[in-house]
Amino acid sequence: MAKIVVDVMLKPEILDPQGSAVSAALPRLGFTFAKSVRQGKRFEIEIEGEPTAAQLAEVEVAAEKLLANPVIETFVVRVEK
Amino acid sequence: MKVGVVTFPGTLDDRDAARAVTTGGATAISLWHKDADLKGVDAVILPGGFSYGDYLRCGAISRFAPVMEKIIDAAKGGMPLLGICNGFQVLCETHLLPGALTRNSELHFLCTDQKISIENTTTAWTSSFTQGQEIVIPLKNGEGAFMCDDETLAVLEGEGRIVARYVGENPNGSRNLIAGITNERGNIVGLMPHPEHAINTLTGPTADGLGFFTSVLNAMVK
Repeated sequence: MAKIVVDVMLKPEILDPQGSAVSAALPRLGFTFAKSVRQGKRFEIEIEGEPTAAQLAEVEVAAEKLLANPVIETFVVRVEK
Repeated sequence: MKVGVVTFPGTLDDRDAARAVTTGGATAISLWHKDADLKGVDAVILPGGFSYGDYLRCGAISRFAPVMEKIIDAAKGGMPLLGICNGFQVLCETHLLPGALTRNSELHFLCTDQKISIENTTTAWTSSFTQGQEIVIPLKNGEGAFMCDDETLAVLEGEGRIVARYVGENPNGSRNLIAGITNERGNIVGLMPHPEHAINTLTGPTADGLGFFTSVLNAMVK
């Protein structure tokens, strides 16, 4: 069984108030390492066996159509071992 | 004239929308998200709420509901279609309208009586207003910040497709104070604030919202 991971992030030019809130909370806890924080979504899709190129292409289409909104988001599809 | 009001699982404002349609002088027809036909309606309203729990993104799942397929086809053919709040989010997810609605800039859920100005009175839903008319209707949303790229914004501004703008301080971080937009043809309107909650002063802050529901009658008579 393999896992296909789709990471979805807001495009850099889109304001991310959730990421900003996390960014502001870190120094309040004494963590001073963060210059900025962006928050995104991660989808884990389990499939039977190793993914074929055709399946990965299908996941790309699904990500474009449903998992991400290309107007405001970008996505990356990868296989996790 | 029959105006369909769609109910998705999680829709909140379908009853108020139906009541506003009736008060405006049309007949409200309930449409269920699983309906595969539009019951002969002349126009459709996608009301506010949290369809499908706002899972994934607001409006992202509703977009693929069976009833939406028919609505998208009809709207592309010129049928008047109004999306309010969550309905506006659905219209952006279907790409019937450009852009997207994102988290309010201050992260808070807003619930307030909001002044907006009507900037385009040629759409199917705004002909009862006068150009630049300021009205007060409720605004209640968590993800109401209208976002689009610069190019899209320039097109919307250049073609007069901004239907309504917030007056005063920007409540949610929307680009150019956008509260509502329309498509090129003017039959599809997306609006973040809620006219259906302001159709008389007994139950709303004003009766200013009624104009959206009387406008669509004019669109039909033409």
